[in-house]
Amino acid sequence: MPQSLTFLLMDAPYEQSRTATAFRLLNAVLERGIGVRVFAYEGAVSLPVTQQKPHANALHGRGLEEEAHPTPHMWVSALMQLAKDKGVELDWVNCGLCVDERGATEVVAGVRRGSPADFWKMATETANTVVIATR
Amino acid sequence: MTSYLVVESRDPFESHGFARRCELAAALRADGASVTVFLVENGVMAARAAARLRELEQLAKSGVVVLADEFSLRERGIAQSELAAAVKRVGLDAVVEQMAAGAKVLWN
Repeated sequence: MPQSLTFLLMDAPYEQSRTATAFRLLNAVLERGIGVRVFAYEGAVSLPVTQQKPHANALHGRGLEEEAHPTPHMWVSALMQLAKDKGVELDWVNCGLCVDERGATEVVAGVRRGSPADFWKMATETANTVVIATR
Repeated sequence: MTSYLVVESRDPFESHGFARRCELAAALRADGASVTVFLVENGVMAARAAARLRELEQLAKSGVVVLADEFSLRERGIAQSELAAAVKRVGLDAVVEQMAAGAKVLWN
């Protein structure tokens, strides 16, 4: 079993099914006790932004708690906790230029700033890499 | 032997790319590689027997393994009984297994 796998994500939150699939995949990897390295590029740097707020659903008459609307930054935090529980790494790097462009500076604990060179390093140091690109 | 995992997330009836990627999978298989096509999100629309997609039947005949994400099938109300014979319903763990085994992954 490999020590870690690398994932490059590009989609911004609340845009594509790919984001939910990517989170499911990261969860499945960590559940197996395999470490994860994520390089978030372009819109994906907004996934761990802590200013995201859950909301009520007036159309369906549900309040904030009943709606229990998840936010991507909560998913990132949950994955960080899962990695800790499993005793494996979750190294999440946000592309610095992409962060500056979007002002996506307030992020969940454990997310760090980097550059595409970090992606190259991740890809060379881990057993396999998948790029889940925008289209 | 080189292994490839082709992940297909697009609805075959909306994307001409679906047929092209099936051609790619078949070509890789013909070249001697081990090839798996994993249908996810709207890509699972291809998994229905009623879709009658010749591409999938040809892939299966050529030895390409065709898998469909059970979560995506459930989201779209596609039951086991509706699946084409060539398609196997699996969890997302199948992708993790292929990655862990060193397959080259192409995500579409």
